[in-house]
Amino acid sequence: MIDMHLVLEKLPGFFGGTDGAPAMSTTDGLILTLELLSASLLTGLCMAIPMGIAIVSKNPWLRWPVWLFTYLFRGTPMLVQLFIIYYGLSQFDWIRDSWAWEYLQSAYVCAILAFSLNTAAYTTEIVAGQIRNTHWGEIEAAKAMGMSRALMFRRIILPSALRRALPSYSNEVVMMLQGTSIAGLVTLADLTGVARRIYSESYQVFEPFLTAGAIYLTLTFLIVMLFKQLERRWLAYLAPRKH
Amino acid sequence: MFLQGYLPGILEGARLTLEVSAVSLAVSVVLGLFGAMCRLSPNRPIAWLADIYSTVVRGVPDLVWMFILFFGGQMVINDLAAYFGAEAPQINSFIAGTLTIGFIFGAYMTETFRGAILAVPKGQIEAGLAYGMSPRRVFFRITVPQMIRFALPGFSNNWLVLVKTTALVSVIGLPDMMYQADNAKSATQLPFTVYMVVAGMYLVITTISIVLLDRLQKRYTLGTREAEL
Repeated sequence: MIDMHLVLEKLPGFFGGTDGAPAMSTTDGLILTLELLSASLLTGLCMAIPMGIAIVSKNPWLRWPVWLFTYLFRGTPMLVQLFIIYYGLSQFDWIRDSWAWEYLQSAYVCAILAFSLNTAAYTTEIVAGQIRNTHWGEIEAAKAMGMSRALMFRRIILPSALRRALPSYSNEVVMMLQGTSIAGLVTLADLTGVARRIYSESYQVFEPFLTAGAIYLTLTFLIVMLFKQLERRWLAYLAPRKH
Repeated sequence: MFLQGYLPGILEGARLTLEVSAVSLAVSVVLGLFGAMCRLSPNRPIAWLADIYSTVVRGVPDLVWMFILFFGGQMVINDLAAYFGAEAPQINSFIAGTLTIGFIFGAYMTETFRGAILAVPKGQIEAGLAYGMSPRRVFFRITVPQMIRFALPGFSNNWLVLVKTTALVSVIGLPDMMYQADNAKSATQLPFTVYMVVAGMYLVITTISIVLLDRLQKRYTLGTREAEL
């Protein structure tokens, strides 16, 4: 059966504690998972909006490279992408001799880099899909008002497309939360990494991994709830009428 | 020689990746159909259990499930064997891996199939019942053939995610592509080349899948009417 003593004894470890030290004394566990998640989501989103605009462009020089980027990153596992960056880059002397090597040899930076590029690819497709979904009447109206392309994107297309992207984006955020669990495979002590550490020390499986699973589940619920709130605020005009 | 003769090993790993994917897919489709039937069941506790299955499985990372089910399963078997005084059998990692991935994607399939079943017009099912078919026969003869069209987009997506998730089975010791790549990486000292080859193999698998599933989608939407703007 599940040994609750072991669960409680090891619980601080998931919140940055080590044996003997109180919770939050390191960034292990939950904090690292949240750091990886927020850093990659933020970077990914910043890349995805311009790329989403580029991929719907008529100019092949803009459209093609972005299409290739999303094709490559959506067609391969994130684990492979992480390993290419973390293990692969050391193959090249010119990278190892460059100033960037200081950062690229850290698993933390590599994980954020891999996760950011991955989520950027998926988010680009989400954004592009909603830009294409913009009602043609809105675009014609904007053109009729004499708006330039930039102004049309800024005032008409993006505000509505990004709102409509919220439901799919909430899925992407949940998928990324789960995706960060592979950080443990490149030596990082995120939630899964901490669970593996406890497993190798105690030889107990269920206590550490079920604890980690419960924390992930709670985070998932929180994310879903947060997005429900955001949708209620930003997508109110699309909700079915109540009276 | 390219990759010092490690390429055949990686190709061998690609075959295992495909095998694991295919068997996991079969498991997940069975679980997904069963889960969708349960979620739509008028029996409240059964619907509720299926809801918990799909929610909890989708809320916890694949990797964590793999550790729980693979290592935990072995532990339960060891304990049971000790209890009965028998020698504990070692779990076959292929079976464990495919069951684990099938179990996880069964939850995603449950949601896909549930949506698809709900999209089949009610009148079809009522007509089947009116002909005196049993509910089970109505499900397999009327609902399933028609829901395929609605389920295909979600199904394709799940399959593509599933193939990529199999990259994790190397952590439980299955010699898939990632496992072979790890060996090749250590021996050749060419980690970038090795993982690029692996990425290329995954890309080939996903690209072929997309082409084939697109054709299937065309086949299953034959004769359906679409509104044009």
